[in-house]
Amino acid sequence: MATATIETRLMRLWETPHSLYGFFASTDHKSVGKRYLVTAFVFLLAGGVEAMVMRAQLIKPANHFLSPEAYNQLFTMHGMTMIFWYASPILSGISNYFFPLWIGARDFAFPRLNMFSYWTFLMSGIVLYTGYIAGYAPDRGWFNYTPLADPLYSPGLNEKFYCVALLLLTVSTTVGAINFIVTAFKLRAPGMSIGRMPLALYGTLTASFSNIFALPSLSVALAFLFLEHRFGMHFFDVSAGGRPLLWQHLFWIFAHPWVYIIVLPALSFISMIIPTFSRRPIIGYTWNALGVAATGVLGFGVWVHHMFATGLPPMAMSFFMAGSMAVVLPSAISIFVWLVTLWHGRPVMSTAMLFALGFIFLFVIGGVDGVFTGSIPADWQVTDSYFVVAHIHYVLIGINVFPILAAFYYWLPKITGRMMSERLGKWNFWIMFIGMNIAFFPMHNLGLLGMPRRVYTYQAGLGWTATNIVVSIGAYIFAFGVLLFVLNFFWSLIDGPIAGPNPWDASSLEWATSSPPPPYNFAVMPTVRSRDPLWEERLGMGKRSDVFVGPVISDEEKVTLGTTPLDGLPQRVVSFPEDSVYPFLTSVALTAICYGLILGLWGLALSGALFTFFFVTGWLWYAPKPVEV
Amino acid sequence: MATTIVQPGGTPPAVTLPVNGKPHHTSGWWGMILLVVTEASLFAFLLFSYFYLDAQNTLWPPPGPPDINLAMINTIILVVSSVPARLGTMAIRRGARARLSLSIVVTMALGLAFLIIEAIEWSQKSFTPQTDAYGSLFFTITGFHYAHVAVGMLMLLVILLRNWAGHFNAHRHTAVENVMLYWHFVGVVWLFVFTTLYITPHWWR
Repeated sequence: MATATIETRLMRLWETPHSLYGFFASTDHKSVGKRYLVTAFVFLLAGGVEAMVMRAQLIKPANHFLSPEAYNQLFTMHGMTMIFWYASPILSGISNYFFPLWIGARDFAFPRLNMFSYWTFLMSGIVLYTGYIAGYAPDRGWFNYTPLADPLYSPGLNEKFYCVALLLLTVSTTVGAINFIVTAFKLRAPGMSIGRMPLALYGTLTASFSNIFALPSLSVALAFLFLEHRFGMHFFDVSAGGRPLLWQHLFWIFAHPWVYIIVLPALSFISMIIPTFSRRPIIGYTWNALGVAATGVLGFGVWVHHMFATGLPPMAMSFFMAGSMAVVLPSAISIFVWLVTLWHGRPVMSTAMLFALGFIFLFVIGGVDGVFTGSIPADWQVTDSYFVVAHIHYVLIGINVFPILAAFYYWLPKITGRMMSERLGKWNFWIMFIGMNIAFFPMHNLGLLGMPRRVYTYQAGLGWTATNIVVSIGAYIFAFGVLLFVLNFFWSLIDGPIAGPNPWDASSLEWATSSPPPPYNFAVMPTVRSRDPLWEERLGMGKRSDVFVGPVISDEEKVTLGTTPLDGLPQRVVSFPEDSVYPFLTSVALTAICYGLILGLWGLALSGALFTFFFVTGWLWYAPKPVEV
Repeated sequence: MATTIVQPGGTPPAVTLPVNGKPHHTSGWWGMILLVVTEASLFAFLLFSYFYLDAQNTLWPPPGPPDINLAMINTIILVVSSVPARLGTMAIRRGARARLSLSIVVTMALGLAFLIIEAIEWSQKSFTPQTDAYGSLFFTITGFHYAHVAVGMLMLLVILLRNWAGHFNAHRHTAVENVMLYWHFVGVVWLFVFTTLYITPHWWR
């Protein structure tokens, strides 16, 4: 068989050697994706343990299980871990693994940069947690308001760890975003015009564009704060002409788009899962795609709704209130798209589908109390209370964790090649869903009763005691649900049934290759001529796409097909770099700079910078291959 | 440079496509454009901070409007340095490697002049980064830009070395296009920095 030989040769070409060198040098997007997923999940567990300890402290009034200082570090680390080191990287993990598979390519546009993005993400997490272990965890809340975070009120290394660890993470996130955008626009399978892309791409693309524009705002804020702490400069203290609100503006100009950065990709995963289990193509593809993009754009015009209580002019605030209300529209469009698809389909209640439906339910609750916090008079009543804690958890667990679990139940069989238990999965869903609502719905009440957020304890007799017990119990039920998922995952690795290429009988390209996919993804380059290439015949449109026959491109060099950005017409052959350890070495050198800056070890920082230069130069040093005419 | 597409089963090749294609079709070029966009946003936020504190303070800048002479010379130097950069790009598109090297050396000389003059200007300031918020912002904004010029110099150095090693020709020189694009960006963004820090205090008095 000619095909068999081609596959063997492709394998020889693309497989990374299974050695120590291969571990550090591999640029395969699938191993990057798996590492992202595992690392981000470990951060989820770490943040979860922090939450459990906090709920133990709050389970009864006047509790002294934790000191106020320890509690401050815990809630700050919980917020930072979950928002920065879990919520976005877990989405990057899924997108890293599946992006090239969704679009029918062999790898990312920048495979080495992809690896660098992962290593830098890992290193930044290590920087943050070494601060925690050394007793210098950030302890001023995840949004770290000045003047509380200024050198005067927060001496010590805590703030330096906050700034530098986050700065390193923005490097990783920025290069990752650039990689997603270029890959989506340049490497799609021939025929996959912009209107035929799987909907999952729209979420990740929108989030990547938001990253490009929003992250620099965070970088500027962090640089300012770091310069205050390390060099005694002034940006936020009034006595020297600075303003504390400058921090809030810069932070929220970044952080509100960030909310959409960590929910839009998850939302668009749901747009892949619901059609599969409704057994029909999605209704309102264009509306959904445009709604996601519009949310990303509107996300830049709402940041002041985090600052309604800071005494800004009412006129200015009204605009941002209107902007916040406008975001409801594209979100509602997405919800109606899913509901209509369900209505006209024949829904199959798999675990992934349950998590998707649970997500819609929680999204509506989180969205509605978002309307409360987004309107000025209501916000004045509930700001800095547990109402806001309830809101953020409905939004982030509802629109990030539940879709992620839906995505895990849907796509992990593709990654591991084995099915997870549906029976255990349903237990998993119901326990998490019930635990989540027991834990967070009463928090709305606590907030309305006046319990402020971020207090390490409270007095008896304020009417908060019973509710706090319920909340803590709910949190433990939820945590038990997460453990069931871990259990299910390991069970599937050991004893799960073999998945086969397309266990859910889904329509998109990633299901056309084996599970797990070979290092080269597709033996032949698929040609796409509809939105559902694997469902064409049963949809009565006749066979249009060529998924299993097509050009190999080359079995002698690592290449893929480059297409035009909008129409997806073949344009060029893209050659890929070989595996390399330079991305890993570069992120180690950057980490050295980080520790040098935090600790004031200028020799370390300088040599880190020098090595960064050498490693990047080595990374980019391509000698041209001899040209054959 | 072209490659033929192998059809499975030994059918004759169907299409012939260029390997990597024109520099402006490559992933690298797109990546550099996006890097420039995100860096431009960084400067936008730096200047936003400047204008925010400008609006919030009654006396701004506290030491009075800065002296414009050295900065004006520097502006001219940096804008002019885009000319040899552009000539270098045009040279390598024709495959003229020696002319590319010459252009890079001239660009780097102008860049070095910029860095030296900027350092001189800093040393002449009556305030330090620690004096007040204006001083901190002035040195941070010009310092960020200084760092960008310095990185641009390193990038120019690398393409100079790679040119000597014979990596570039008329078809394959995306790295040159990318570095020159970055260099133009560094010049353009300086115009915004210059206008903000040096012109607006005179203008709005």
